[in-house]
Amino acid sequence: MEKRDMGKPVLFADMLSSHHDTGSNYLNAKKGFLSWLFTVDHKRIGIMYFVAISVFFLVGGFFALLLRAELMQERIVNATANSYMISADHFNEAFTFHGSIMVFLVIIPSIPATLGNFLLPLMIGAKDVAFPKLNLMSFHIYIVGAIFLVYTIAFGGLDTGWTFYTPYSTETSTSVVAAVFGAFILGFSSILTGLNFIVTVHKMRAPGMTWVRMPLFVWAIYATSVIQVLATPVLAVTLVLVAMERLLGIGIFDSNLGGDPVLFQNFFWFYSHPAVYIMILPAFGVMSELITTHSRKSIFGYKAVAISSIGIAVIGFFVWGHHMFTSGQSALATVFFSFLTYAVAVPTAIKVFSWVATLYKGSISFTTPMCYAFVFLFLFLIGGITGIFLGAISTDVHLHNTYFVVAHFHYVMMGGTLIAWIGAIYHWWPKITGKKYSETWGRISSVVVFLGFNLTFFPQFIMGTRGMPRRYYDYLPEYYNFHVLSTIGSWVLAIGLFIVLFNWLHSIFFGKNESSSNPWKAKTIEWTDTAVVPIEHNFEKQPISTHGPYEFDELVKPVKTGGH
Amino acid sequence: MSETVGPDSAAWQGSFWLPQNASPMTSGQDALFYFIYSLSVFFFVLVVGFMVFFAWKYRKRKEGESTVDIHGNTKLEIIWSVIPGVLFIVIFIWGFFDWIKLNVVPQGALEVRVVGRKWDWLFIDQKTGAETSDLIVPINVPVRLTMSSADVIHGFYIPDFRINRDVLPNQYTVVWFKAEKAGSYPILCTQYCGTKHSQMVRYVKVLPKEDYDKAMIAAQGAGLTPVELGKKLFAGKGACASCHSVTPDKVRLVGPPLFGTYGEMQNVVHSGGKKETIKFDDNYIRESIVDPNIRVVVGYPPVMPSYQGQLNDKELNALIEYIKSLKK
Amino acid sequence: MSAHNHEGEHSKFLAHHFKSMSQQTAAGKLGMWIFMAQELLFFSGLFCAYGFMRFMYPDMVTQGQSSMDWRLGGINSVILLVSSLTMSLCVRSARSNNKAGTVKFLVATMICGLLFLVIKGSEWGMHFHEGYFPGKFFNPVAHAEIQDPLAHIFFGLYYVMTGMHGLHIVVGLGLMTWMLVRANRGEFSSENYVSLENTSLFWHLVDIVWIFLYPLLYLAK
Repeated sequence: MEKRDMGKPVLFADMLSSHHDTGSNYLNAKKGFLSWLFTVDHKRIGIMYFVAISVFFLVGGFFALLLRAELMQERIVNATANSYMISADHFNEAFTFHGSIMVFLVIIPSIPATLGNFLLPLMIGAKDVAFPKLNLMSFHIYIVGAIFLVYTIAFGGLDTGWTFYTPYSTETSTSVVAAVFGAFILGFSSILTGLNFIVTVHKMRAPGMTWVRMPLFVWAIYATSVIQVLATPVLAVTLVLVAMERLLGIGIFDSNLGGDPVLFQNFFWFYSHPAVYIMILPAFGVMSELITTHSRKSIFGYKAVAISSIGIAVIGFFVWGHHMFTSGQSALATVFFSFLTYAVAVPTAIKVFSWVATLYKGSISFTTPMCYAFVFLFLFLIGGITGIFLGAISTDVHLHNTYFVVAHFHYVMMGGTLIAWIGAIYHWWPKITGKKYSETWGRISSVVVFLGFNLTFFPQFIMGTRGMPRRYYDYLPEYYNFHVLSTIGSWVLAIGLFIVLFNWLHSIFFGKNESSSNPWKAKTIEWTDTAVVPIEHNFEKQPISTHGPYEFDELVKPVKTGGH
Repeated sequence: MSETVGPDSAAWQGSFWLPQNASPMTSGQDALFYFIYSLSVFFFVLVVGFMVFFAWKYRKRKEGESTVDIHGNTKLEIIWSVIPGVLFIVIFIWGFFDWIKLNVVPQGALEVRVVGRKWDWLFIDQKTGAETSDLIVPINVPVRLTMSSADVIHGFYIPDFRINRDVLPNQYTVVWFKAEKAGSYPILCTQYCGTKHSQMVRYVKVLPKEDYDKAMIAAQGAGLTPVELGKKLFAGKGACASCHSVTPDKVRLVGPPLFGTYGEMQNVVHSGGKKETIKFDDNYIRESIVDPNIRVVVGYPPVMPSYQGQLNDKELNALIEYIKSLKK
Repeated sequence: MSAHNHEGEHSKFLAHHFKSMSQQTAAGKLGMWIFMAQELLFFSGLFCAYGFMRFMYPDMVTQGQSSMDWRLGGINSVILLVSSLTMSLCVRSARSNNKAGTVKFLVATMICGLLFLVIKGSEWGMHFHEGYFPGKFFNPVAHAEIQDPLAHIFFGLYYVMTGMHGLHIVVGLGLMTWMLVRANRGEFSSENYVSLENTSLFWHLVDIVWIFLYPLLYLAK
């Protein structure tokens, strides 16, 4: 790395000056491909995850565009297999790849594996996660699992949908076993990462870092990890049973052999509903960091936000049945799950209100991360609100398995998690790379992504309420106009995301060096106590936490008699 | 697949958000939908409004300007936890009661059996035994569908009736509706089932009573000769086969064997006790089905139930043709 | 060991990112407990599947259980219980710096584990001999006790459950082999014993799972 201009470090100037001399940091401490592939440094592992996940995101996104392009064609009466751009079977494989790649390879690991890995030890003032070798192993396991999943794309195909519903998955001729094995392996990676983070949070905090001084991102990652550890093994055993059903026909899920396909759905959603919170909770954590830092305000209701993460994690285990309101599960179960679904909605609402209230009387800068935070709030609000329609048992009957559901979870998963992920990468970009990025293009990208996203997915709500079922490659003519809008939106969205990508690449290759170790003047340890780019073991000397994570310098204690 | 595009499916029906509701008796889902919808719009505007207002009002004017150290406000936090909580409970209870209506089938509903398979539907009317691939129902009559699948899981969804239920292999699920508007409404599959999942489109045809009856009779045994239909009724709906043998060995069951009897002379006993020898002809067969115990073959107990009102003319004729055909 | 070794600050077993041996030990133990929670949830999924099968086909399951040899299962239970004891003694020896004891008890545990696998394997062999193959291969020979075709579900699940458990035994044996190498090198002591203790925790878990499997598959009627 070229010689860097250190500028004026804001804090710990003396400590950092020594780095100015050596210029050594985690990026240039060791060189060569193998020094990355076999590193145990949590920061490098986080970056490797980031690269891998971005690649898979592009692959999953390619399939999304393919699906949207296919859906722009009008229904052809008396269609044959080759009437459309792609055949029905290829369409079914494409949506399966899109779903399983996005869920298992992108969204679930997105924030925890990249930013969780990079930031968690830095934020709590630790030199590394508790088990660095295990952390590296998680990454290697992730790659192996990903290869298995991608293998199914190249050979044999997979057309079950990412949900692997039986008996379809035990009957289809595609390579379900390889895909299931891939998901099983990926589950291991997820479990081990979660385990590592839980222990890190419990045992590795810096002196003075009490539980209520932890940044909310750490709280969110902690809650996520608990779910990862407790829910993923159930997915593992479910997938083992599916594989056994396929290979041996043991008769647990296949009703022709004496099993019950609804049992599979129970097993599957027992993992996959909590998995939704694995995906969204880290995004909540990111939001709390972004909004406080860029409006220079303490979070409104720290304890409520922190504890609601744990509340969501716990209640999230008992709502899986709301994916099965129309499946023929017992009436009692249906009512029970509907009620608990609303119970989990309350802490989510509290978080949103708290973020908005945090803006009150702040000093809000419209930086790129903050723009993404606004985009998140807008989209997540729609995603969350539309969940209320689906939680009520009677309205769900009409909306179940329609595009309304598709739009709902894209608003939450993509509008929520992935937007937060992009915003977070922008926010920590100077710390990760030591480079500046183009604020202008960053803001432009947030606007394009915002417009493209809404154009893609909002028409899907209308289609859904009007009865357009999901996973259709061919539909009744009345939905045509909406599909066209949605497809055009997908192109706009793709352009927005490519702007993000080019902005990052440009920053890496041509960006100016960041001169400040704390460009946002944040108050959390990863900004205040590290060099511009952290050194290999994070800290020159053990940081000590003396204040909360959001006590900004400019804060004025409210005076009882007057305003500010 | 000449019927993939329905007669009026391209026309815009219903409100902006929801399609027309042709079966409003099943539930008040639409009212709840719009209740949640108006709440959603209200809260969305409120939250986004505050967000935009704050973002504009408290935008950064100069570097390092001071902000106020607010850590929360317990009263406010309780308010914004309790209000959504209460609203959620209201929505939950409302949804619960509507859902009960969706699941309680009224007495005297028309029974139709539904079989889902890759990739088509089959509807079997339980009264006439008519098998159709579009669901034909009379207007203003509750219809109960008992559904099962021949292979993988399918989803039975009629957007215009607001009903949607999975159709499972080796299990039965039940939905009901009462169509109040004549017309043709699409039936869609909502549970992914493979290659032609999106082409499992059939229609519910809601017809006035007279047209419905005609359609049922026309559909009954469609594609079968009268003898074939008669054979089917004999073994199936009529359950005649449980008491009458039709094989050349003329086994004696509860009732007299029917093989080779048509056109022969039979000794019968009147309900009054008077004996007589008659010809086993069309009229005697018809009488024996509709009012069986007026004249009973000698040596057999008068235990046959009457099929009056259960079989229509077409079916009676078919049975007679079938019995005629039972000879060497 | 150095006399200046307070708090294990200079212990060669201390990883760079920990402040003290006690922190490292505590982290290792907590990690293992979390891993055990994960394992329990994995097996509880299998137990749920078993419960479902029992609920659906109580008679078939009873019949399946009666075809199991409860004596062999019982012997295996005793073997595992003994192995848990020897494993605990092994950790105790390590913590009292008794290298010979550590190695001795570790070997004893491994012998128990192998014995378990041998007995379990011969049970499987006997089932195969009767034609009780898993799932769709289920094809009992003419003189076999069970002819009910539905029993294939019981045997299918039986093979999956005992197979998964057996796999854990194999993993446990692998871990113990590694521990044996390290114990021979004299790595374990009163301050550095956490990997040995974690192995022992894993072994106890395997034992506990068997304690549930045995009555479910062999005894409960």
